[in-house]
Amino acid sequence: MKAGQLAGRGAAAGTAADPGRRAGNWRHRAPAIVAAVCLLLSWQIIVDGFGIPTYIAPSPVEVLQVFAKEGEILWINFWPTLMEAAAGFALGNSIAVLLAVWFVHSQLAERAFYPIAVFVNTIPIIAIAPILVLMLGNGYAPKIVIAALICFFPTLVNMVRGLKSVSPQMLELMRVLSASDAEVLWKIRLQSSLPFLFAALKIASTTCVIGAIVGEWIGSNYGLGSLIIEATYNFRAPLLYATVILGAGMAVAAFTATTIIERRVLKWKPGNVI
Amino acid sequence: MNDATVAEVASGSGITAISVDRLVVRFDGIGGTVTALHKVGFEVPQGGFVTMLGPSGCGKSTLLRAIADLVPVSDGEIHVFSRTPEESRRARDFAFVFQDSTLLPWRSALDNVRLPLEVGRRGGVELERHAEPEELLALVGLEGRESALPHELSGGMKQRVSIARALVQKPRVLLMDEPFGALDEITRDKLNEELLRIWRETGTTIMFVTHSVPEAAFLGQKCLVLSAQPGRVRGYPDIDLPEPRQLGIRDTLEFVQITSHLRSLLEVAE
Repeated sequence: MKAGQLAGRGAAAGTAADPGRRAGNWRHRAPAIVAAVCLLLSWQIIVDGFGIPTYIAPSPVEVLQVFAKEGEILWINFWPTLMEAAAGFALGNSIAVLLAVWFVHSQLAERAFYPIAVFVNTIPIIAIAPILVLMLGNGYAPKIVIAALICFFPTLVNMVRGLKSVSPQMLELMRVLSASDAEVLWKIRLQSSLPFLFAALKIASTTCVIGAIVGEWIGSNYGLGSLIIEATYNFRAPLLYATVILGAGMAVAAFTATTIIERRVLKWKPGNVI
Repeated sequence: MNDATVAEVASGSGITAISVDRLVVRFDGIGGTVTALHKVGFEVPQGGFVTMLGPSGCGKSTLLRAIADLVPVSDGEIHVFSRTPEESRRARDFAFVFQDSTLLPWRSALDNVRLPLEVGRRGGVELERHAEPEELLALVGLEGRESALPHELSGGMKQRVSIARALVQKPRVLLMDEPFGALDEITRDKLNEELLRIWRETGTTIMFVTHSVPEAAFLGQKCLVLSAQPGRVRGYPDIDLPEPRQLGIRDTLEFVQITSHLRSLLEVAE
């Protein structure tokens, strides 16, 4: 009874307070927006006031002009990086999830391969990148693999924990029901692991962009990474800044998309109710 | 059906639901082998309601788990309707209710009740024998809350769902391990009364582990009292109280005499 009434009241408050909540959101975000605008303004004023040359630090207006004038260059280089990041995200996370499922069902596999996974993770991505370029050539492949590698480990660790997060009593219940391992996996473990998986995917959604860009630094003549190198060597600071902003924007968009999907999928989590 | 079942219980159907004979359960721990249960023997008649009482660490839960094939038997025998625990588990003869409601948080109340019908078919379990999940939720007093998620339900309501889930395959035996132990006293009283009603309506044999002397006396037709370390049977008295029992019975002299008898058995048991 009590819970029913509470739930009812909560639902009513949710529908009635919608405009109110939007206003609350605005009040919540206003400080960040105002602070950002102030920072940009002071940046512009400092660059203009002290006459700092463009190649050392461009003003925000100059960076904005790049988006208007050289939008096409940015756009052409944006797509390959997005592709590599997305493909790496899919590849790295898929392998991590499959490996985690295997680890949970085979202690031997976990003991054999977990240490190797840890070892691979300890090698700096910058150090692996040239090796992969040597192995896989100059195309998309090495960038995708680097993006996948950078996603892989956090997802593996979280997924193993998530699949093991089922309570012992829940497993006993499944045993009383004579459920098979496959049924426990599909009905219990995978769902239980989702909050852990999404925590990892949120990390991966931003790091896969870093992976793709690092891959493009080593050997490439396309993509945001290569554009960063090119702009730096040619002292085209506004273009460099614009490229960096575009890369960051890609990561933020990927993170936001993951968060939205998480809220949809994990509606059953208290506090995730939209 | 209710009256027939009650009559059957009262007259004693003569069929034994659970029989435990010279049961020994040992665990291999770090400090050597621990004997949790030593030569425990008793019988539960079909349709009976037996409560199990004992100091903590006396192996009450272990005994229930051994019957449910969750703990291996070291010596002695357990039979549930003449079958070994493993056979009766595969045949879905019994259902288990845990102290924690063990509901899947992403499933609605109704879908949680359906879970037993969706898993474990591999062993050729006959699933014709099942009740309608909607009717069971009504039986446990949750009509209209079918689509609620577990986090929207109170502790007592969750435990009701878990009881409905246990009943969905019409088990012949219901094993309950301190199912109301985590609830407040008011909720607990209400659920005790309702459990008796459900027992009368379904005719299921129930074994019920508890820490509470009044609960053991109020619910059980018989009460198995265990002593601690290792667990042995200290007594298995009948509890003769007029049926159907209502909460008010706990204020009667008869009831107080029964609880003081159970307490005296427990004192010996300590």
